Amino acid sequence: MHELSIAVSLVEIAEEEAERLGVRVSAVHFRLGALSGVVKEALLSSYEMASADTALEGSRLVIEEVPVMVYCARCDEQRPLESVQLFRCSACGSPTPDVRQGKEMELVALEVEE
Amino acid sequence: MNREPRVVEVRRNVLKQNDVVARELRARFGEAGVFVVNLVSSPGSGKTAFLERTLTLLRPRYRVAALVGDLATENDAARLSRSGAPVRQITTGTVCHLEAAMIRTALDGWDVEPLDFLFVENVGNLVCPASYDLGENLRLVLMSVTEGEDKPLKYPTIFNSGDVAVVSKTDLAAAVEFDWDAASANIQAVRPGMPVFCVSARSGEGMDHVLAMLEARLAELRTPAGASAP
Repeated sequence: MHELSIAVSLVEIAEEEAERLGVRVSAVHFRLGALSGVVKEALLSSYEMASADTALEGSRLVIEEVPVMVYCARCDEQRPLESVQLFRCSACGSPTPDVRQGKEMELVALEVEE
Repeated sequence: MNREPRVVEVRRNVLKQNDVVARELRARFGEAGVFVVNLVSSPGSGKTAFLERTLTLLRPRYRVAALVGDLATENDAARLSRSGAPVRQITTGTVCHLEAAMIRTALDGWDVEPLDFLFVENVGNLVCPASYDLGENLRLVLMSVTEGEDKPLKYPTIFNSGDVAVVSKTDLAAAVEFDWDAASANIQAVRPGMPVFCVSARSGEGMDHVLAMLEARLAELRTPAGASAP
């Protein structure tokens, strides 16, 4: 359960940005990869705890889930992964360990009020 | 009053802090020519026994050291010290994984320059350690035969983040009717091409292959870029 420490750093970063911009944050947009090792629901509830008594209190956390994309050398294409339990090209079936997307843990945008 | 919220693009990686420290550590280890292994597994799968055996076998020929992470107690550091290698315990309290900054703190005042290998035994946990780079050269995921063949399918993220897999406690395989083919297929499903080593830390069986791999990787690390192996 490391979602709380992730939520704490997320709040810290958002607070920093809000202070720099001189704004109040109403929502935080976050990209979360399916291979990030972070559980969306746990992060949402941790966010509430982490943002309490901070400038971010009451703001919403909006999570965009990022699917895993792998590179298939045989097709020379990036393909979406159908299951994280089977790293195979969804078109030709070749095994591939080459992850090109899906590990994201990124604060992408803030909804702010002046 | 109805104000439209404005959206400001930010784009900041939440684990950047950890990644920055991990990069610093990796540069420091690289300069010192020390090969660093991050050992991850669930609790009780035999990380400490495997590491004790590895340290004991490497010590006559290499300068080795270990850092060991646990929520509480210094028992593992005491066990590993029996190998004769210098060992430091990292007690994380309630934190379920090691972070790069904890490695940096634990290495305070420790000269890594003379080392060949540094082993970092992570907190027993197959979830959280996957997200934290510790500046290691090799992430070794260990699973024991007593845990069942489907461990990789239950924890695909950490197996996928690993470089090599070690199946431990092979001396108990027959007793638990461990299905080697299923285990191997499951590892390859979540991390195609992952090298797998089967060992018994108790009997020492299979350890020679692990040592050969570690020695080869150390030699590779110390080969100047562009130079071809002899």
